[in-house]
Amino acid sequence: MMKEIATAGEIKNIKDFWVFIRSELKPRGKIFTTFNVISLPIILLGAVLIVYRLAKGLGAVTNLSQEFPWGIWIGFDVMVGVAFAGGAYILTFVVYILRTDKYHPVVRATVLNGFLAYVFYAGAILLDLGRWWNIVNPILGNKFGVNSVLFLVSWHFLLYMISLFIEFSPVVAEWLGFKRIRKILASLTVGAVIFGIALSTLHQSGLGALFLMAKDKIHPLWYTEFIPVLFFTSSIFAGLSMVIFEGTISHKVFGNQLSHEDHVSFNNITLGLGKACAGAMFVYFFMKILILIHGKQWGLLATPMGYWYLTELMGLVLLPCFMFLRGVRYKNFMVIRIAAILSMLGIIINRLNFSVIAYKWYVPLSQRYIPSWMEIVITLAILFTEVWVFRWITNRMPVLRKSPDWAVEEETHEKMITIRKEAPQWKASAM
Amino acid sequence: MGINRRSFLKVLGGGIVGGGIAGAASGNIVIPKKLGAEEPVSPKQFVGILVDTTRCVGCRSCEAACAETNHLPVPDIADSSVLEKGRKTTQKQLTVVNRYQTDKGEVFVKQQCMHCNQPGCVAACLVKAMEKRKEGPVTWASNCMGCRYCMPSCPFEMPKFEYESSNPRIQKCTLCWERLEKGEIPACVDACPEKALTFGPRRQLIEEANRRIYQKPGEYITHIYGEHEVGGTGYLYISKVPFEQIGFRTDLGTIAYPEYSKGFLYSVPIVLLLWPAFLIGVNTLTKREEEKRRKGGER
Repeated sequence: MMKEIATAGEIKNIKDFWVFIRSELKPRGKIFTTFNVISLPIILLGAVLIVYRLAKGLGAVTNLSQEFPWGIWIGFDVMVGVAFAGGAYILTFVVYILRTDKYHPVVRATVLNGFLAYVFYAGAILLDLGRWWNIVNPILGNKFGVNSVLFLVSWHFLLYMISLFIEFSPVVAEWLGFKRIRKILASLTVGAVIFGIALSTLHQSGLGALFLMAKDKIHPLWYTEFIPVLFFTSSIFAGLSMVIFEGTISHKVFGNQLSHEDHVSFNNITLGLGKACAGAMFVYFFMKILILIHGKQWGLLATPMGYWYLTELMGLVLLPCFMFLRGVRYKNFMVIRIAAILSMLGIIINRLNFSVIAYKWYVPLSQRYIPSWMEIVITLAILFTEVWVFRWITNRMPVLRKSPDWAVEEETHEKMITIRKEAPQWKASAM
Repeated sequence: MGINRRSFLKVLGGGIVGGGIAGAASGNIVIPKKLGAEEPVSPKQFVGILVDTTRCVGCRSCEAACAETNHLPVPDIADSSVLEKGRKTTQKQLTVVNRYQTDKGEVFVKQQCMHCNQPGCVAACLVKAMEKRKEGPVTWASNCMGCRYCMPSCPFEMPKFEYESSNPRIQKCTLCWERLEKGEIPACVDACPEKALTFGPRRQLIEEANRRIYQKPGEYITHIYGEHEVGGTGYLYISKVPFEQIGFRTDLGTIAYPEYSKGFLYSVPIVLLLWPAFLIGVNTLTKREEEKRRKGGER
């Protein structure tokens, strides 16, 4: 079934190109799957609600108020979406900088996932902006708020989306059969990766730094001057847990694109990722404890917010950390997967705490922000659309399945050349 | 400190030209003599308003004048039932007067944007729509994106957003910036029948506040709210009862809000320089390792 696709090598002129694109645009596979039947109506309803929101303003669709200016579109879509997309910068670091080939099979799917997460979830910010037509102002124009954390974050979002696209672009070139362009794009990868890691470090922590000026509004158990460091550290295991979660699903759904070796190597990868998660989570847990001790806020632990804090810290950080360790040790993949889900839940709770739950904890429940059904439907619609796009791309481009032979050949050929060229140099410097 | 930092940021931003025209053109704001200020205010000084809560009788004339000036629905100030409950400012009411029962009887307090010396909202704004004018007022401009980052960043929660509009604005007191430009004083000060509000250069207002406190020791507590709170504010309050009794947050500290995110912002250039340098180094090393491995494999 998949064999028919590999006709892209014959694109010679623009007409061929359009014929190819048109054939690729057609849906593949069964249309009435459970997922489609559930997601399509939600996407359509979401689209209607988006139009309604743009026409009538934020108040018509959201439960936001003067007391709670940021709801789930920021606290969940952007904050959590970006944290989950963190897998891309970590895996590109491991694969392209540390050159650990073991993780190569998952790097493309992760980069694609990261790129789409930024496009869709960070793109969701457009809906949340009251004056969305001014979104270009931080990029173009003559009034730059350079002293704003959000200025930094917005630039980094834009630049990081570009670097993620560059990292993914060889896959598009392979799909279209553009041999020469692929070579050029592939040569940009390492540069884009290095740039992307620097950007990610800063905007992952920058999202936390947004809350530094909400000092009087965030519960003292959560507020610390180290919020940026905590956001960065937690994005490591958030991203890796997402890779485990998404990989597990992908390997079920797109299993027909994979060989037996792929499945075996994914098990190995899961173990490695689980170990890394446990490490990052322990560091995060340790920092949280240090901050708690230095903050001298132990008295607050015996309050309702304190119990909530402990639930997050013990149940959704320490417990999954421990589960990752056990799972890796006894090669129990089910435990690792549950741990990944728990730590993802922990990230969702953590980000929502900063923006919604522990934010102005002193406001009584009746006046608190609780998302409206329309906010939730729009969020789900965005999520499902992302999954649709991910599925469309994965079914057509060599994301999970092997690259076309010509691309593989080219890569090994290039490596041989560099060896021959640089080998004497290396000898000389060794002397 | 405030001025240094602002001018530093303006040099960095380099782009005040567009929005700064109005401010630059107005230059000197003339303060009418009847309000006690002797001379024109030099643009190097912030102006502000001193609120003497011992003089306020809760007539709410300021609320009405404010609404009229800002083209907002004018409240019925004869109806005193609104004083039963504590109110907050809204997108349609940029100032409100609340009544508090204290040890020393009823106290009325006017509430509005405090016009901080170093405002959190201005530091939060990524398009410089929120602007601290060099004369002191904090104003809003329509190049705003509506991200509402100014709202959680304000210690007094004064920026209000027009959720019900498809072309929403951030609304808050601007210290009547448009009137100031015309050489008039803020509408609320003009409307106050009890002279509870005094408009003038901030330094003179602090002197005036101290004078009142020391001349009538029993009638005031020795604290000017806004002199040091969050790095100093344009609005200053004096009172006969401790400020926590009349609805003020006294836990905000004296550090200006932009200082809280300064450390992070200072680390940005360092990370952007050192991180890639480190990564390039690691990349070079692993590349050599890989070649070594491959060569070993070839043999």
